[in-house]
Amino acid sequence: MASDSTNDAFVVFDRVQKSYDGETLVVKDLNLSLPKGEFLTMLGPSGSGKTTCLMMLAGFETATHGEILLDGKPINNIPPHKRGIGMVFQNYALFPHMTVAENLAFPLEVRKMGKSEREAKVKRALDMVQMGEFGGRRPAQLSGGQQQRIALARALVFEPELVLMDEPLGALDKQLREHMQFEITSIAHNLGITTVYVTHDQTEALTMSDRVAVFEDGRIQQLAPPDELYEAPQNSFVAQFIGENNTLEGVVETISNGECTVRVADGSLIDAKPVNVTKPGEKTLISIRPERVEMGKSRLHPDAHTLKAEVLEFIYMGDIFRTRLRVAGRDDFVIKTRNAPDQKRLKPGEQIEIGWLAEDARALDA
Amino acid sequence: MSQLPPYATVGQRAWYYGFRVICAFIFFFLIAPILVIIPLSFNAENFFTYTPGMLRLDPEAYSLKHYRDFLTNPEWTSAVWNSVRIAPMATLLSVSLGTLAAVGLSQSHVPGRRAIMAILISPMIVPLIISATGMYFFYSKINIVGTYWGVVLAHTVLGIPFVIITVTATLVGFDKSLTRAAANMGADPVTTFFRVQMPLILPGVISGGLFAFITSFDEVVVVLFIGSAELQTLPWQMFTGLREQISPTILAAATILVAISIGLLTTVEILRRRSERLRGMSPG
Repeated sequence: MASDSTNDAFVVFDRVQKSYDGETLVVKDLNLSLPKGEFLTMLGPSGSGKTTCLMMLAGFETATHGEILLDGKPINNIPPHKRGIGMVFQNYALFPHMTVAENLAFPLEVRKMGKSEREAKVKRALDMVQMGEFGGRRPAQLSGGQQQRIALARALVFEPELVLMDEPLGALDKQLREHMQFEITSIAHNLGITTVYVTHDQTEALTMSDRVAVFEDGRIQQLAPPDELYEAPQNSFVAQFIGENNTLEGVVETISNGECTVRVADGSLIDAKPVNVTKPGEKTLISIRPERVEMGKSRLHPDAHTLKAEVLEFIYMGDIFRTRLRVAGRDDFVIKTRNAPDQKRLKPGEQIEIGWLAEDARALDA
Repeated sequence: MSQLPPYATVGQRAWYYGFRVICAFIFFFLIAPILVIIPLSFNAENFFTYTPGMLRLDPEAYSLKHYRDFLTNPEWTSAVWNSVRIAPMATLLSVSLGTLAAVGLSQSHVPGRRAIMAILISPMIVPLIISATGMYFFYSKINIVGTYWGVVLAHTVLGIPFVIITVTATLVGFDKSLTRAAANMGADPVTTFFRVQMPLILPGVISGGLFAFITSFDEVVVVLFIGSAELQTLPWQMFTGLREQISPTILAAATILVAISIGLLTTVEILRRRSERLRGMSPG
């Protein structure tokens, strides 16, 4: 965002706003720049403005305010067919009246490419997605996963430098989706193309991207690499949206040297790292990942604060145990523990003590 | 045909058979008037009735003389020639303009598209005699009454609503992301229309064209106003023939028209199914 230099950026959104009806802004003040070769995911719930951003980049929507730059040139006044951007659509948008090979040849034909060159490129693109045998088929004769591959090959066959993907894996089953996630990222990285990927699936965003932009309410809430997004969410929306997350409401009691103590609903104190709280007395929402909660004090600082908790439910999930606790008046507090030989299996009704390292609990906006 | 379920009540059983009887009557009333003229057109006499010889199936009572008259009498041949000159041109214009209108009106951002649609379809709703009178006064002001292009233009106006309706219906199922995909791959709007959109809405365009053709080929009211002695179309000739001479040649003409209509409908239906099959293959 602010720290990004816009000099070597390949795609830039500069204070972009979009309104469909002239009143409500679907996209509010979007600033984003991505360097060549980056795989950026726009992640957010439906209606957060992510798809609108993609459509503005593709040229199917026009920005109400602000400028979009591609390779340093403003593209607001360039029609979609002159932008040279590849795109994979949510429903693949393969032409049903053409064979797979004709679909792939289409972008090359409109570029007036010679027949032999065209055939060579189509073949190479089909081989790239391991669909070399299927050139003569029609899209309807292919499975969902195969159609997906063809759509990908068609978006890449004319060698665009920028490829947009609009929830391309949404219609596939889980196993195929995971496989395609891997395939798409490796192809994108091998070809060195810049990719803007839109999804509402956070797993997809975390596993595929170099950076993720979390959208909500027409704004980017946080733009960061996946690990930073998961481990250091900057506000409570991001913390809730990415991964599983426990929250505790409270009021900041003391704050010093990058640590703070927060008094939670039942009156007990707990340690946290202040993220967007600045002074005692402020209301805050503490966010803590289920796998970062410690049971007992053995691995914590000697004078760390702990909370009393009552076990409500113990769920055996194979590799991990998932335990639901009542903590500070909330009964949706979840902890995850690894299924290790020495790991205790808790029983409902047991009273335990939980705590955490101050830097794992983030005191966010309430 | 569906079977009666074993639990059907008496009322349901009665309706089950009653419904079939009603359907049979409807078909009878639709088809009988057409079927009855076909044997009459082979009448050896110059009458509009079945002669006793015909009823006895006497070969002497049948002849092809009315067909001969139809194919050799200059009144009829020029009428056929006029219809053949006018109908395809009117169809071509209706299909081009109607398809463009339907594509345009299917864009959600067009202001007042419902009103425009209503105006374009109005020739179908307004009584023909009123349209014809209006056209006569308007066309005579711009001096195209009695000309070839005057009749073509009038028939185009009558044909456009059919094309708009059928093409609009096909466009409802058209996936907009296909045109976006084409644009994205570098195709300009015109290329996109002819390479992507047109092949997929072709069934609607063909049916619309068929209706427009039949409208022009069958139309008698407007042509009576706009046409001229040199521009008598086949329906006009049949109409005046009925009024003035009552020759069974009309029946021969009608039989030939029925045969052409059946042939045309069958061809178009086969074409339509073929492209429907391609279209039905679209994913999602």
